[in-house]
Amino acid sequence: MRSFILFFLIIASGTGGELCVSRAMRSIGEVHDFSPKSILDFVLRALRMPWMWIGIAMMSLGFFALLAILSFQDVSFVVPVSALSYAAGAFGAKAFLGERISRHRWLGIAVVCIGVTIVWWSRK
Amino acid sequence: MRNSTERATGTSRAKTCILLGQINHRMRAGPGLHLKTYLSLFVIVIFAPLGSVLLGKGMKGVGSAVTWTPHDFLPVLLRILSNGYIWLGIASLLTFFVAYMLILSWADYSYVQPSTSLSYATVAILSHFVLGELITPLRWLGVAVICTGVFIVGRTSPRAHGAKHE
Repeated sequence: MRSFILFFLIIASGTGGELCVSRAMRSIGEVHDFSPKSILDFVLRALRMPWMWIGIAMMSLGFFALLAILSFQDVSFVVPVSALSYAAGAFGAKAFLGERISRHRWLGIAVVCIGVTIVWWSRK
Repeated sequence: MRNSTERATGTSRAKTCILLGQINHRMRAGPGLHLKTYLSLFVIVIFAPLGSVLLGKGMKGVGSAVTWTPHDFLPVLLRILSNGYIWLGIASLLTFFVAYMLILSWADYSYVQPSTSLSYATVAILSHFVLGELITPLRWLGVAVICTGVFIVGRTSPRAHGAKHE
């Protein structure tokens, strides 16, 4: 039960956070050179986006849930199971953003879910 | 004789200029972009799993007494924050995160995602060799299936209107 709650937090908060960060990044644009100054500028610009902060907050929550579960579960169990975030991302995008998900993509997500089920069986 | 030598030198110089121009052009459009993309992908595929493995190592050290009740939350938090492996793990994850932010600013998510599927294999290898976790054949099979699934997800069209035609 404890594992279920923590996995839910890792997957839901992590995916939500990534969507927010992705949105912030899109509005900044491409990085063209890799000098320390321009990387710093890029990070500072990113930190001025509200979506970035919402994303960071959600990802932090997911991070603490990850720390909690890692204190009693194998890394080689936790990380593969958290791949369920691909399914969460697709359902989230379909439900909240109205995106169409292709059949090909649903196939990939189904394969990920089968893999997660197999890893889940392998837990001690 | 001198004239023809000069002409030949001039011609070869012109050819060199054209060649250099082509190389410069290609550097901007192709290999330069590929190099920074591959470098970022390498950082992503190594540092994200390394971060998880280091966090796992740190939390196993903190872990045995963790009950996650509000009463002992503060002592646990202090123990987490004073653990060197946790900080190394956070540094690895930050490295991964910066590389991920950078690559998403020029490359399609749908290109980045299938490549990062490799990190599920890296995490299994690292947790076996660094943490000594026993990875059963069943778990390897699951990890391989997840990698395949993530790869398939990433190979799909990145845009919603592209998907309509499928």
